[in-house]
Amino acid sequence: MIVPGAPPLLEVRGLTATVAGTAILKGIDLSVRAGEVHAIMGPNGSGKSTFAKVLAGHPAYAVTGGEVRYRAENLLALAPEARARAGVFLAFQYPIEVPGVANSQFLRLAYNTLRTSRGEEELDPLEFDDFVREKLELVGMDPAFLERSVNEGFSGGEKKRNEILQMAILEPKLAILDETDSGLDIDALREVSAGVNKLSNRDNAIVLVTHYQRLLDHIEPDYVHVMEGGQIIKSGDKGLALELETRGYDWVRAEYEARRAA
Amino acid sequence: MNTAVNSDYLASLLAGARAGADSFSGLRARGIECANALTLPTTRDEEWRFTDLAPLQKISFQPALEAGAVAGEALAAFHAAEAPLRLVFVDGVYATALSVRAALPDGIRAGTLRDLARDHGALIERHLARHARFEDSAFTALNTGFLRDGALIAAGNGCECPVPLHLLFVATRRAAPQVIYPRCLIVAEPGSSLTVVEDYVALGDGVYLTDAVTEVAVGAGARVTHVRLQRESPAAFHVSRCAVSQSRESRYRSAAVAFGARLSRHNLEVTQLDEGVETRIDGLAVIGGRQLADTHTFMDHARPHGVSRQLHKCVVADGAHAVFNGKVMVRAGSRLTDSSQSSRNLLLSPRARVDTKPQLEIFADDVKCTHGATVGQLEDDEVFYLRSRGLSEPDARGLLTYAFAAEVIERVPVESIRRVLRNVVLQRTQQRSEA
Repeated sequence: MIVPGAPPLLEVRGLTATVAGTAILKGIDLSVRAGEVHAIMGPNGSGKSTFAKVLAGHPAYAVTGGEVRYRAENLLALAPEARARAGVFLAFQYPIEVPGVANSQFLRLAYNTLRTSRGEEELDPLEFDDFVREKLELVGMDPAFLERSVNEGFSGGEKKRNEILQMAILEPKLAILDETDSGLDIDALREVSAGVNKLSNRDNAIVLVTHYQRLLDHIEPDYVHVMEGGQIIKSGDKGLALELETRGYDWVRAEYEARRAA
Repeated sequence: MNTAVNSDYLASLLAGARAGADSFSGLRARGIECANALTLPTTRDEEWRFTDLAPLQKISFQPALEAGAVAGEALAAFHAAEAPLRLVFVDGVYATALSVRAALPDGIRAGTLRDLARDHGALIERHLARHARFEDSAFTALNTGFLRDGALIAAGNGCECPVPLHLLFVATRRAAPQVIYPRCLIVAEPGSSLTVVEDYVALGDGVYLTDAVTEVAVGAGARVTHVRLQRESPAAFHVSRCAVSQSRESRYRSAAVAFGARLSRHNLEVTQLDEGVETRIDGLAVIGGRQLADTHTFMDHARPHGVSRQLHKCVVADGAHAVFNGKVMVRAGSRLTDSSQSSRNLLLSPRARVDTKPQLEIFADDVKCTHGATVGQLEDDEVFYLRSRGLSEPDARGLLTYAFAAEVIERVPVESIRRVLRNVVLQRTQQRSEA
């Protein structure tokens, strides 16, 4: 929701980044305020996922210019774990399997790490168990998932749900969901979206990176941005997403080229 | 290393042998005779290609004439609460005062070879030195040449022992480097079941050589679970051999974990003597510094319808070196063999090294034999995933390394030992990350 006078959570100015020497992000400007839901759409290769990973601090990507402020702090100066502890959360497009580590153990570790960094006491396994069961209900996940190794043998949908479960547990201020809808069937999409909606409030913000419009039927965006060639070339409201659905992306590119030529 | 110097070294080890008449003197004589005809392996021997014994041969080891003094509390950390019986050997000598002998289920016997020789002479005669042939192995011949006592665990027909029995071999730090020759014999008669923990530990970080031989006879339909722990002093040398013979429809499961010793070499051979046998042999080595840990296994499918599963994992840090050679032989006529072997290796530093080789020799038709070996590092994506959830980089690497080792640790069926192993791995992975 758009909250008048809400503080900015994320301010990106002229962000450029490369991976393995190739320029992917070529100057991104974006402003996200508390309470808002932003969608970043675009064709494959536009740099959407790269943007998400750069915000989270993935070491494979080198920032070559620009600035990112998160709650008035220089986000780029923080290590990935510091960003996480500050309330930035990335739901992975391809969540990693960690065989040998039980999901419950991993979730408790992540949660306790956060609590410690905030000066709060850790939860013991029993206390954490109560806490996590509430969250499981929120995202519609079966408690049986707690005993399995992290993401091991999980279906695509289960992995994405596990990401949203982590989001529910860590309660980030800025959640970036990287193609969370990919690989989900209709029911899973509905449930995952319901979970995200329940977690969204006036004080946090969500950035949805998605290729398809259908996710936005379930999670209503306040702003929609179109990315192409490593830049945001158009911004609008949710109506823009519907237009992209019917007309595709070409017209946006054409419009952008025309504006630049003029 | 020329042969003359090599056999001189072996001769110098043999020079420590004492005369004396007891039930084992005949066996000792044969052991010495064989050792005299053999030489220590060198890196020119295929089976010892990666494991150079030169550092060993620079040291003069003397057999300990008596055990070092050990206070009971010093061993408290090595107790396994689930084991009602703990036979403790200090520097190769049985320590009555440090051992615990509770009542065991009917038909289960545990004690020293000497104590049990009178009532179980026939059983000992039938099995001792029959499974681990010493004619072609210098270390086995040496161990046999010095055999005066050892541990014996036997389960009678149909007798089950649901609790683990603990054999604890403790090496103390002596004024001069010593050589110890631990010997174990485990016999499970038809239909019986046993769980044995064979444990090598050190008090202090002395230089010594352990040359151990263990024999396991699994009778028809019997089930043996065998946990082997090697936590020797970081300056020690540990060379060991375990020979297992399985009879019809028996089951042998073992988990062998190696953390210690400057240089360790473990030979495990399992022979399926009859049909319908199931074997599972898992191993884990977690090493760092400049340790070398070598495991050579030989899975012999000598009869049809056998199943074997093997998972061997190595975690190698700093400049350490892990060696694995997993030989599987499926003899002619052993149809319907179902064998799978997996060697998985994690390198934690650029100087760490692994040499791994599955070696399959298949002479039968209609068999299923799979094998695989991987050597790798922690994936950047895995580390980043954990960091993106707030874990520091050292904690993320530590957790992933622990998770890698945990797969084998979780297969150890004694909870108190699992806990100890988890802690050792955690400590080692944390230390590394703080370095």
